[in-house]
Amino acid sequence: MSENKLVEEELNFQKEQFSLTMIPGKFARAMRTCVIWQFIRFLIINIKMIVVVSKSH
Amino acid sequence: MARLVVLGGGVAGHTTATFAAKWLGSEHEVVVVTPNAKWNWIPSNIWVGVGQMTKEEVTFDLAPVYAKAGINYYQAKAVSLNPEGSESSDRPFVTIEYTSADKAGQSENIEYDYIVNATGPKLNFGATPGLGEGSNLGEHTVSVCTADHAVHASEKFAEAIEKMKSGTRQKFLIGTGHGMCTCQGAAFEYIFNIEHELRKAGVRDMADIKWISNESFLGDFGMGGLHMKVGGYVVSSKLFAESLFAERSIDWLIGAHTSKVEAGKVEYELLDGSTGEEEFDFSMLIPPFAGVGLKAYDKAGEDITDTVFAPNGFMKVDADYTPKPYAEWKASDWPRTYQNPTYKNMFAAGIAFAPPHIISKPMKSPNGTPINPTPPRTGMPSGIIGKAVAHSVSDLMTKGENAHLHEASMAEMGAACVASAGKGIFDGTAAAMTVYPVVPDFEKYPGTGRDTDYTFGEIGLAGHWIKHILHHLFIYKAKLNPGWTLIPE
Ligand SMILES: Cc1cc2nc3c(=O)[nH]c(=O)nc-3n(C[C@H](O)[C@H](O)[C@H](O)COP(=O)(O)OP(=O)(O)OC[C@H]3O[C@@H](n4cnc5c(N)ncnc54)[C@H](O)[C@@H]3O)c2cc1C
Repeated sequence: MSENKLVEEELNFQKEQFSLTMIPGKFARAMRTCVIWQFIRFLIINIKMIVVVSKSH
Repeated sequence: MARLVVLGGGVAGHTTATFAAKWLGSEHEVVVVTPNAKWNWIPSNIWVGVGQMTKEEVTFDLAPVYAKAGINYYQAKAVSLNPEGSESSDRPFVTIEYTSADKAGQSENIEYDYIVNATGPKLNFGATPGLGEGSNLGEHTVSVCTADHAVHASEKFAEAIEKMKSGTRQKFLIGTGHGMCTCQGAAFEYIFNIEHELRKAGVRDMADIKWISNESFLGDFGMGGLHMKVGGYVVSSKLFAESLFAERSIDWLIGAHTSKVEAGKVEYELLDGSTGEEEFDFSMLIPPFAGVGLKAYDKAGEDITDTVFAPNGFMKVDADYTPKPYAEWKASDWPRTYQNPTYKNMFAAGIAFAPPHIISKPMKSPNGTPINPTPPRTGMPSGIIGKAVAHSVSDLMTKGENAHLHEASMAEMGAACVASAGKGIFDGTAAAMTVYPVVPDFEKYPGTGRDTDYTFGEIGLAGHWIKHILHHLFIYKAKLNPGWTLIPE
């Protein structure tokens, strides 16, 4: 007998307006506030932004 | 000694004036005419609008900064330009009207050798019945366009939270107040901050939140959307934006021209020609922007406003204004030096220059109502243009009128946008995006019109920290604190 598998973040796909987009799962969301990973991203985004700024001047 | 007059002490004008004063030294005079006594870091008004910052944290007094820089500061608004002088003098001049308490309403003419128009936008609330009168916000909605507006918005927001806490459901409607608005990014950031604060206050389940916008698709942002690198894919900003809304259960209504605002209700027309109504308890609608309404007169006093300014009130510069269909729009239509084609000693910087056309695909409803975003000129381009113009004018003043003009085309410059959701260092997140170039160049980048190595977006704490740092960095820079020239625009 199969069990119900409720994935909370997927419930919004039930709304018609939201059904054709993407919604992050638990892992993607956790990475957004994972301080170590975000520190690495902070350095990378800063470098990219500095390149964009220097290309723009 | 020659005189440069800068009209407007916002992002572009402040950049132009402070760099010009530094480069010109005491040999020449720099004058700033601006109606505001305080400088405002406008992007942080979003946090003021949800009660997470005070007005004092996002503003500072201009007078001591200009005194330090050796800039002559007039707290006044420019009313008209006489680029040929008058019948009694060949010297061009600008007519100003004081706004400072001691001289309010008094007029004066200031002669100039060079002038930079950096007067930004007129917040044209009056374009939509019920949204406001002229440039004044009406009583039904709130705004975050000025620091005072944002303080008012935060008070209304706090009232709404109290109502929810006492059991009354509230509907939030955030977006654009007209079919020809720009600055969707600000409303976008505001709606996510509202959602975040409601969650924090424990009342998210008592709130219905809806986005209303003139964009034909979510994520257009007035730039025709963008394709960006996210997680190794190149995806449309449509998917990126829709995902943000879906994750947070925020509904959207797009392709909408807000045609009327009443107490608790807006009327709108959609791109398919249909009309409808949307109710609200709390609404922040960005007004459309226009030029601030400067007039221009020739030597004989004849009105030449049409020669100097485009019909929307923005100043004509070295753009290609020839009307042409969307398919023929080119990156090279966009201005490079921001010099007025008729009067070579006049320049425009920031929002004050007239774009050659919009960036998004032009759209109309079957009733003929234009419903499309107008082009954004955000902080980074405004600052970069302001600096390039300061460079050109300084060279013209020190090296003579044949000096080389400095260039800063929006088709060759990027923009960094960080849209926060929340303010806490560890609980807020932000969508950090860069786009390069702002105006797509399909000749150079035939796929997406942009360089996808430098057009990217991601969500997380990192972007949020950057937003905090930018807040402090740009206020530090604008105050001309030590090392300010090293901080990029
Ligand atoms: C809520 C909000 C959030 C935003 N967030 C971001 C963001 O996160 N990132 C970003 O890059 N951009 C953002 N922007 C856009 C950014 O604020 C503008 O791009 C920038 O301020 C434009 O600079 P400007 O100098 O052209 O105009 P402004 O900064 O508006 O300056 C115009 C100046 O001219 C003065 N003035 C007006 N009329 C006259 C007159 N008749 N005579 C003389 N002076 C006059 C005004 O008082 C003002 O000082 C945001 C905008 C808003 C409204």
